[in-house]
Amino acid sequence: MQQVNSRPILEAREVRKHYAAHTALDGVSLAVPERSIFGLLGPNGAGKTSLIRIITQITGADSGEILFRGEKLNPSHIGQIGYLPEERGLYKKMKVGEQLLYLAQLRGLSRADAVQRIKSWLARFDIKAWAEKNVEDLSKGMQQKVQFVATVLHQPSLIILDEPFSGFDPINANLIKDEILRLRDEGATIIFSTHRMESVEEMCDSIALINRSHKVLDGAVSAIRNQFKTNTYEVEGQGRLLVVHPDFEVVEQKARENDHFYARIQLHAGATPNDLLRFLIGQVQIHAFREQIPSINEIFIRRVRETMPETLQETANALL
Amino acid sequence: MASKFLLVAQREYITRVRKRAFVVLTLLVPLLIAGFGLFIGKLAQSDETIDIVDVRDDSGLNVASRLVSTPQLQFRAVGGTLAEAKQSFQAQKHAGLLYLPAGLSEKDPQGVQFFGKGNVSLSKENRVQTALTDAFAELKMQKSGLTQTQLDQLRAKVPLSSVSVDETGKEKDSNSGVTTGIASALAVLIYFFIFLYGVQIMRGVGEEKSSRVMEVMLSAVKPFDLMMGKIVGIAAVGLTQFLLWGLLSWGATSVVIPLLTGGDQPARTEVAARPASPAASTTAAPAPADNAVAASAEQMNPAKRANAIGGLFDMLHKLNIPIGTIVFGFIAYFLGGYLLYGALFGAVGAAVDDQTDTQQFMFPITMPLILSYVVGFSVILRNPDGPVAFWMSMIPFTSPVAMVIRLPFGVPMWQLALSIGLLILGFVGTVWVAARIYRVGILMYGKKVTYKELSKWMFYKG
Repeated sequence: MQQVNSRPILEAREVRKHYAAHTALDGVSLAVPERSIFGLLGPNGAGKTSLIRIITQITGADSGEILFRGEKLNPSHIGQIGYLPEERGLYKKMKVGEQLLYLAQLRGLSRADAVQRIKSWLARFDIKAWAEKNVEDLSKGMQQKVQFVATVLHQPSLIILDEPFSGFDPINANLIKDEILRLRDEGATIIFSTHRMESVEEMCDSIALINRSHKVLDGAVSAIRNQFKTNTYEVEGQGRLLVVHPDFEVVEQKARENDHFYARIQLHAGATPNDLLRFLIGQVQIHAFREQIPSINEIFIRRVRETMPETLQETANALL
Repeated sequence: MASKFLLVAQREYITRVRKRAFVVLTLLVPLLIAGFGLFIGKLAQSDETIDIVDVRDDSGLNVASRLVSTPQLQFRAVGGTLAEAKQSFQAQKHAGLLYLPAGLSEKDPQGVQFFGKGNVSLSKENRVQTALTDAFAELKMQKSGLTQTQLDQLRAKVPLSSVSVDETGKEKDSNSGVTTGIASALAVLIYFFIFLYGVQIMRGVGEEKSSRVMEVMLSAVKPFDLMMGKIVGIAAVGLTQFLLWGLLSWGATSVVIPLLTGGDQPARTEVAARPASPAASTTAAPAPADNAVAASAEQMNPAKRANAIGGLFDMLHKLNIPIGTIVFGFIAYFLGGYLLYGALFGAVGAAVDDQTDTQQFMFPITMPLILSYVVGFSVILRNPDGPVAFWMSMIPFTSPVAMVIRLPFGVPMWQLALSIGLLILGFVGTVWVAARIYRVGILMYGKKVTYKELSKWMFYKG
């Protein structure tokens, strides 16, 4: 994982957005560190897209402010932001090359620069032959590739990808993943927005969890994981497991065929995994021993349960 | 962000002008106009042919010599039996045979017959009837003691010429036919332009919405620039098309038709192809048929052709038709009306998800346009200075059509200024309203939009 830089490229402060019938964002604040991959996570309808539309200046916030590199967000920043919306779409009856040129020029690129970069991107994705094709003649996956190129063509320093991997087959999804990592290494900051948390958690340097128009949790992924670690270890082995020890507590134990077992054991304060191992080695054959690390999804659900009144826990339960 | 606006307008323009439909339509319409002109020309020509009516006079009253021939109708006395006469008029392709039986009394002429080929048209019958009535009237008058000289004097024609008087008291020739023709043509042009290209704006917005390219666009361009870019780009497409149609129609009518008709009556067909200038016939095409040689000589000479168009302007000038005001007014109302309606069409496209849902919103928008067109032709054209004409040419929604109808008849300066001022206010207003609906609507999916909803959108913040 990339070293998380301290200076944020983007900062949201107490952003509120109300629509006629509901509140989309209720005082959301967050900071996106520069040169990192930032996950904006939460279930459908949590307010992610509302926040993104404010960042991309499609709509404005009712109150609060957005700072881009410390400066109040304004139209001059449009050229520095690239946006791949969840609902993909291009002009169907336009040729791929012309379309990319048009979108790049709208983002402030000169014609000559745009032509140059379109060439190199089409070559990189090995889709040079498509330049003269109409978008409607391409398959959905091909269109997605073109749209990804359109998003990053003007070399934005902040790239916002809404549900980036939906619609890609596994091969192309990997291709896009590699490109995203490369862009990050070249200095760009990437915001992922998704409700499928497991799909991006391994790539993210830091995240913010949003639920029901509130930010529930944010920070560096490693820090959050540590924060939510329960000091629990999974053990698989053979023999009769009997734990009577003040430092260890069996949370779960399952017997399996041929005298095998599976158990989750929590360490009390002060105990180390090695203490547990030493204790176990005396009694049983150990086949596997690993720390149980909570996934972002689990953390999210726990967090929601902790912070939300009971009536809202259905949301969390539904996610299980 | 003027440059983004231009980029949007440029894209709208180029993608449309390059479409096959545009090219086909651009080439096809002038051909249609030329063909139509040719058709009208032929019709007019056949209408103008001289009918020769054979007269078989057995009455002994010498009626045949008293029948007065007109440019459309020539009487020719024939001899022989009735049966022979019947055969000969058909063989010679004459229009008919008038038979005056023996023993005809001038006091109570009974038994006069007119034999025509096929059914006799009412206008032909009327002309023959008129000539007969006059002839018998003369006959009676002569019987009552008038001399031939006195009769000739009685027959004197009274020429009637219309003169229009303008505000300064200058008198000029007037020709209500030309004025009406110009007024109708201007109204039709504006009406169709607004309709055809307004609907294109609506479709364009709908396409952006349904292809979901809107969100990408909006992250780069302000909604207002996107909307206005589209409106202006499409206007440029329309103007290009009209310009090409004009040029190609002119080319088609002045080159293709004379070739097709073998130089027969070029001036007439040219005029027919341009409905706005029916009067050119009086300048450019002197009495047709009987000097076909002169006409074909004229067609051979391109300088003469140019003169025909110059002559048209000369004549418009003579007719006290305010050409300058018409050109200026037409452009102003053309653009103003298009902008006003175009913005509304754009808003409708933005408000609905599905093109089939546009109906409920299209109706109130197209109502005033259709109303101004219908009332324009039924009321304003007949009474261009009446109260209906005045009010409809002041209201921005109806003024583009209503006022151009009035323009050729002459409109007081203060009315023109007030009307254009109101139109400018009108389109600024509709563009403002449309921009607000547009801004919200383009990102709104899966919702059946009502008027109540639309009115709320106006007051949404950024």
